[in-house]
Amino acid sequence: MLELVLVSTLNGVLYGMLLFLMASGLTLIFSMMGVLNFAHASFYMLGAFFGFQISQFTGFWPALVLAPLLAGVIGALIERYGLRNVHRHGHVAELLFTFGLAFVIEEVVQMIWGKLPADYRIPPSLDFSAFTIFSTNYPAYKMFMLLAAIGIFAALLLVLTRTRVGLIIQASLTHPQMVAMLGHNVPRVFMLVFGLGCALAAFAGVIAGPALVTQSNMAALLGPILFVVVVIGGLGSLSGAFVASLLIGLLQTFAIAVNLSIADVFGWFGIQTNPVPFLSDIWRVTVAQIGPILPYLLLVLVLVFRPTGLMGTRDT
Amino acid sequence: MSGGAQTARLARASGGWLATAARYGVWVAFAALLLALPKIVASGFAITMLSLMGISVIFALSYNMLLGQTGMLSFGHAVYYGLGAFLVVHAMNTITRNALPIPLPLMPLVGGIAGLFFGIVFGSVSTRRGGTAFAMISLGLAELVASSSLILRSFFGGEEGITTNRTKLLRIFDWGFGPQIQVYYLIVAWCFICVLAMYALTRTPFGRMCNAVRDNFERAEFVGYNPQLVRFVAFCLSGFFAGVAGGLAAINFEIVNAGYVGAAQSGSVLLAAYIGGIGFFFGPIIGAILVTWLQVMLSDITEVWQLYFGLLFVGMVIFAPFGISGLLMMHVPLWRAGVLWRLVPAYLLALAAGLVMLTGASLTIEMAYHLSTKAAEGPMMSFMRIPFSAHSFLPWLAAAVLLAGGYFFFRFTLPYVAGAWHDALNRAREREAAA
Repeated sequence: MLELVLVSTLNGVLYGMLLFLMASGLTLIFSMMGVLNFAHASFYMLGAFFGFQISQFTGFWPALVLAPLLAGVIGALIERYGLRNVHRHGHVAELLFTFGLAFVIEEVVQMIWGKLPADYRIPPSLDFSAFTIFSTNYPAYKMFMLLAAIGIFAALLLVLTRTRVGLIIQASLTHPQMVAMLGHNVPRVFMLVFGLGCALAAFAGVIAGPALVTQSNMAALLGPILFVVVVIGGLGSLSGAFVASLLIGLLQTFAIAVNLSIADVFGWFGIQTNPVPFLSDIWRVTVAQIGPILPYLLLVLVLVFRPTGLMGTRDT
Repeated sequence: MSGGAQTARLARASGGWLATAARYGVWVAFAALLLALPKIVASGFAITMLSLMGISVIFALSYNMLLGQTGMLSFGHAVYYGLGAFLVVHAMNTITRNALPIPLPLMPLVGGIAGLFFGIVFGSVSTRRGGTAFAMISLGLAELVASSSLILRSFFGGEEGITTNRTKLLRIFDWGFGPQIQVYYLIVAWCFICVLAMYALTRTPFGRMCNAVRDNFERAEFVGYNPQLVRFVAFCLSGFFAGVAGGLAAINFEIVNAGYVGAAQSGSVLLAAYIGGIGFFFGPIIGAILVTWLQVMLSDITEVWQLYFGLLFVGMVIFAPFGISGLLMMHVPLWRAGVLWRLVPAYLLALAAGLVMLTGASLTIEMAYHLSTKAAEGPMMSFMRIPFSAHSFLPWLAAAVLLAGGYFFFRFTLPYVAGAWHDALNRAREREAAA
């Protein structure tokens, strides 16, 4: 039991950190432009595939740097030549543009790398077990993922709060006109932040690709969860996104480990019934099976009881 | 919207009866067209496609009640379509099993009521907020239902879905609904009723309040309405019509699976409505017809049709955010003034440039696709019935020249088109001033 709790906590925190790598970029972009980037998970997928392709030629470590850079440049170009033109048509057009972009990126990835999973493996230098909890060997690669994610955050936090560039970015989020008055190129700041957000998502893709599955549907699988995180945390709140990422990460990991159904719970009290056919599914389904829908259930609950999200102040 | 202004103008111009005739004549002509279409294009393939178009017209219009009329961007409209379809299949199977005296033509109503019911349930959670938050919530709810569809197997039938038989229900007038043509007439009848109902709804005070809530939420509140309630009612009604469309789809295919409630279905209705144009009532009708046609025809021609489809959508969002209907309506004043023909040469030139660019882009895509995904078949392929090897240099050069040349040619024609447009518009204004 203790073993299960420990391992699940570690995995949950790891998954949560991966989610936050993406959610942080998404939140930054949202606070900046007031639009949710539907294609954000697509950059995560691009990161994984770029990482896979580059590591074929150069090995894993150069790919870890090159793939996010490449994705970041693509993101910045899309902001400059796509999104900025759509901006004058309003928020709905912007949202739809990113929606179409997600669609196109998925098709292009499918066209180039096919529909089957890519053979993206953990680099040999990290393919050993880091430590053993009771009887479970915990892989070193997962520890690397965790540390890399935390390292990126520390760096990001330092840049945002301690450097001149960071101050300009922060000021541009809240007072874009004033920053422009002071002689800074605000559109360029926006472009850079968009590129940075995309690069963060791509970094998550590069490190998550070998551990999870690198496939052309990975963006479509992860995208909705990412939005759940951002909405639960409160739109535009970075700390909210952090809490929600960890919450969703832990929730999903623990759910997989729990093999209980309503029938079992009633069974403890000696109640055994056979409900009507349509309800018997709900009766017998285990928590592990409903793991994938738990984030969405949580979303609905949060929206009913706290419509602005956990830490959001902004009502769009 | 524009229809109203048009009829009002007609009424001013020539008394009451002509306006009345124009108002009802459009609908009579629409009904006559729907009835006559199978006689004009009699092939089985065409009738199947027309049936699909009828379903997607209802679905796209119901979607536009949200996006176009009330300003709610939903990423999960397929939930109401799909749940309507599932309820219809279950209802049909129950009716067949118990030999109840209920005929098939009433079944879409079951779908509609199911859509309305789930619209009330999910709408009460999601319509309290608008804008981006509503869009995200609709996406979350759609994922909730789509993921549940793989868990609740006895209702959703798992991956293989649930089948039914539309011919086993009570017969009236000896219509068994076995042949596709009979199903076509069923779909068309419901399509006509739904289009009429949805149009009538836009003319009611409620329809106007929807527009008011879309344009200015706070002012609508100050006028004394509850804008959240308006959004909620619009959402439920939209769910009803989506459910009808889903029910018709269930009858048409006789099988329903988890794909009906999936994200792809929600995405495709959004694409259809937006490409057609959400600013005018008839926009989504054009969009639904075009998108259905593209889905059927393009998937025959090329295997990467979804990519073209996505690029078309992105292109529409960037260059023509008001959709095809918006583009068409831009030309109405010119047509009235009789100066539309002045644009023809400029348009033809731009079209030629666009086609050159398109050919280059499409050749690039097809060759890339051939080399990456179909590498096992060797480098030989054909484009527009011209066989060549994708490994040789010449086709790539041709693609690059076509793409770049087409692009610069197109850029070159743009000032010309803009000039012709402004010239025609000025002439139209002069004529109006003179008249």
